[in-house]
Amino acid sequence: MMRRTIPMLILASAGLLLIVAKFSPFTVSWQETVLGWFNILAAVAFVLGAGNLLAVNLEQISSRRPGWAYAAITLFAFAVTLVVGMFKVGAVPNGMHPDIHLAGAHDVPQAPFGWIYDYMLVPLTSTMFAMLAFYVASAAFRAFRAKNIEAILLLGTAFIILLSQTAAGMFLTGWIPEDSVFSFLRLDVMKRGITEHIQTAGMRAITIGIALGVAATSLRLIFGIDKSYLSKT
Amino acid sequence: MTTKNTEQNPGGMRGFFVRLGGLDRRWIFLAMGLSIAVPILLKLRFPEVPGPMARATFEAIESLPNGSRVLLSFDFDPASKAELQPMANALVHHCASKGHKIVFMALWPLGKQMADQAIKEILLEYHGDKYEYGTDYVQLGFKAGNEGVIKVLTTNIAEAYPTDASGAAVSGLPLVADARDLGSFGLVSTISAGYPGAKEWVQYGRESMKPEARLTSGSTGVQASQLFPYYPAQLNGLLVAVKGAAEYETLVTEKYPVDRNSERLEQGRIRMGPQLVAHLLMIALIVLGNIAMIASRGSQGGAR
Amino acid sequence: MSDGSQAANQGGARPAKRPNTFLWIALAVFGIVGLSLNAFMRPEGMAKRLSVVTTVERVLVEEAPAALAPEGSQPAEAAAAPTATAKRKWVDPDDAGLAAGTLRRVEGVDPISWETRESIKPSEAELLAGEIKPGGPVRIEPSPIDSLGIWVAALLTLFILSFVYRDNPFYKVAESILIGVSAAYWMVVGFWSTIVPQLLGSLAPEVVRAYAMPSLPVSSTPGLDAALAFVPLLLGFMLLWRLAPKGGWISVWPIAFVIGTTAGIRLVGAIEADLMRQLVAAMKPLVVFENGVGAAGEAVRMFDFWGTVGSVVGVVGVLSVLTYFFFSVDHKGAVGKTARVGIWFLMISFGSAFGLTVMGRITLLLQRFEFLFTDWLNI
Repeated sequence: MMRRTIPMLILASAGLLLIVAKFSPFTVSWQETVLGWFNILAAVAFVLGAGNLLAVNLEQISSRRPGWAYAAITLFAFAVTLVVGMFKVGAVPNGMHPDIHLAGAHDVPQAPFGWIYDYMLVPLTSTMFAMLAFYVASAAFRAFRAKNIEAILLLGTAFIILLSQTAAGMFLTGWIPEDSVFSFLRLDVMKRGITEHIQTAGMRAITIGIALGVAATSLRLIFGIDKSYLSKT
Repeated sequence: MTTKNTEQNPGGMRGFFVRLGGLDRRWIFLAMGLSIAVPILLKLRFPEVPGPMARATFEAIESLPNGSRVLLSFDFDPASKAELQPMANALVHHCASKGHKIVFMALWPLGKQMADQAIKEILLEYHGDKYEYGTDYVQLGFKAGNEGVIKVLTTNIAEAYPTDASGAAVSGLPLVADARDLGSFGLVSTISAGYPGAKEWVQYGRESMKPEARLTSGSTGVQASQLFPYYPAQLNGLLVAVKGAAEYETLVTEKYPVDRNSERLEQGRIRMGPQLVAHLLMIALIVLGNIAMIASRGSQGGAR
Repeated sequence: MSDGSQAANQGGARPAKRPNTFLWIALAVFGIVGLSLNAFMRPEGMAKRLSVVTTVERVLVEEAPAALAPEGSQPAEAAAAPTATAKRKWVDPDDAGLAAGTLRRVEGVDPISWETRESIKPSEAELLAGEIKPGGPVRIEPSPIDSLGIWVAALLTLFILSFVYRDNPFYKVAESILIGVSAAYWMVVGFWSTIVPQLLGSLAPEVVRAYAMPSLPVSSTPGLDAALAFVPLLLGFMLLWRLAPKGGWISVWPIAFVIGTTAGIRLVGAIEADLMRQLVAAMKPLVVFENGVGAAGEAVRMFDFWGTVGSVVGVVGVLSVLTYFFFSVDHKGAVGKTARVGIWFLMISFGSAFGLTVMGRITLLLQRFEFLFTDWLNI
């Protein structure tokens, strides 16, 4: 009962309410309330994520598993950021309420929390993703091999897009007049043809397929056919 | 990272290409790094010819009556800032040059900081004399909930945002006090790096906007593919990657030039120069990879 | 020949020890000398930052008893705090109301003053220098804390980049910091932006107003709000129960709620925006005409060759790819051939997507180099 029936009822009523709200103006305020709860839970999920991190790293440190020193660094960075953020350490007072410390702004660069953002979080996240430029180059060299017709299509398209995206496209084919019969040989025209017609068609079919899948999955969940989430304990 | 070279090595050109197939990838990394670093130092710049998608985005904002209320959603974080902040800067400058009243918000936790930067470096820098907080622009900041936030905005903005980012009640901010829902905006624009972002705005926000209102998006290159089917019916404008940013910047600054710190509105174009060299390197790598494959076809094993 | 190449290959993969050590020492010496020259020999130096410091002062005022309601003077603030404290507010000492006598200082409350700092580059300071009057509330001074920040950011950037050579402790340190900082950052942002105003603000509005968000709007139904807020409070605690070693089933309730809500909104969104609107967008006339002008100036309809090709390609693409995704029928005969065409469409789509992705990734790396060159090295 507590483990199966009630969760299934919660799921079905939340889902049905939001579907009904689409068609009935009377349930709109219920929809707002339910979505308000949903949004709060999304924020609680951030707390859950932080808690998980804490648990994993504490466990690693206490059992002295290899790399526990890095776990300690993680925890230290976590603790410092959390403290300066939650207590708004060094926050700039709010002009309308300077007497209330917690009303101040803590995410400006002069406050420690903002400093951590500007000089630690930004360089770290952006460099982490920037590394992919190296791997995409390596992948182009190793994996992009014209082995069959499908691979040739993939490769040829990538070729045209890579050329047409930069000034190279204009250098190579910019001299072909745009209103001539041969304008389709211009790289920018080819790119437009590929993205606006072929790629759009391909992605449209994928979008339609996913939409059908999402609709089916949603209905299976709401009507209690798919119960796999119940075993997520 | 180790290379296996067990096949019998043919000599000459062919042998060279066969061995090339087993090249340590760190040489490729080095080439990539140099192909980006050197052009930055050389400050390569090329003219941009705006394409139809950038023009559509420009028109969507340009054709709104001056002083319209617009919503700019900053749905990205520092990881995609290089691609998207140039679009955001040009977009804010464009809206402000048209006198549009701007409401800023974010679906990503770090998006609020991205919007703060555009407010400080563009809005207050070039339009600070006519833009007053509360009446001309408002920073609502981040809310947790992804598409749940969009869905609440479609019926009741004050429910999702009882206060702005600084904690002031929205009922006291004239710009948003009488905006009940998404239908109150002439334009919604999302600068989007993924989930939640442009796709969710189309799926959950579009239908609740006025039919004549516009929805545009600036998108990372990675995410753009899944947005193409929505253009032009559901997304009225779409800026793709830094190329889209450079094209849109060109359109905006041609019509609304600025007199100081103009490089803040040239970031996209500045970043297009080194793209050329890096892209040519990518093409060269693909070609070399294939030559190496063909060269090693005769011999056993070959490149990984 | 073959022996030599093998040796060379092994050398590339795992270089012999001595040349490696030499290389590292050379690199380090070169780097240190270069950085020192850059930092100390050039007048502009490295990672130099200044701050624009503005002194802000606020005094607590109340409406002077004889004064009329201050008409339109601060409508935003008056409406923002319609509580008992609305009559008292903090304003700039130069506020027009104080001079006009409609407001007066509250006795016994000291003014509060603080400084706001904005970090700028030396080049930006030159632009600003003319606008700043000495002795005024704004001044420019060196900002060592921001210069330190640039150094920290540059080193962390280099630590992460060092991974392309090989995994190393510097990279691991930077990665560990990233994980810790971002988890805490997200939690703090979620707390202050959503949990405080939406959850605590409904449960205990007076407390939130007194200590954190003085302008939190006053609800017309505070009792109902508080009662309704117990639901997410309870669900939130149940969700956090996942961290406990026992009673895993407890967190299934909030998870069921989240899944149900997501399923409800996704169902509507997917059918409306993705299925129906996309099907409509795919149903276009196959043969396209465009309006032109004839020889005698009359309006004529002209056959648009490329427009027609585009339309046909669009429809064929959608149908063939959908056929490929349709697994209920064996991909044989006509179905198989159509599915094959579908694969070609997909391959072209992925090729194009790859091209766009490359551009995105390169831009990110580009921006990191820009940071190192301009903000840190100041080249």
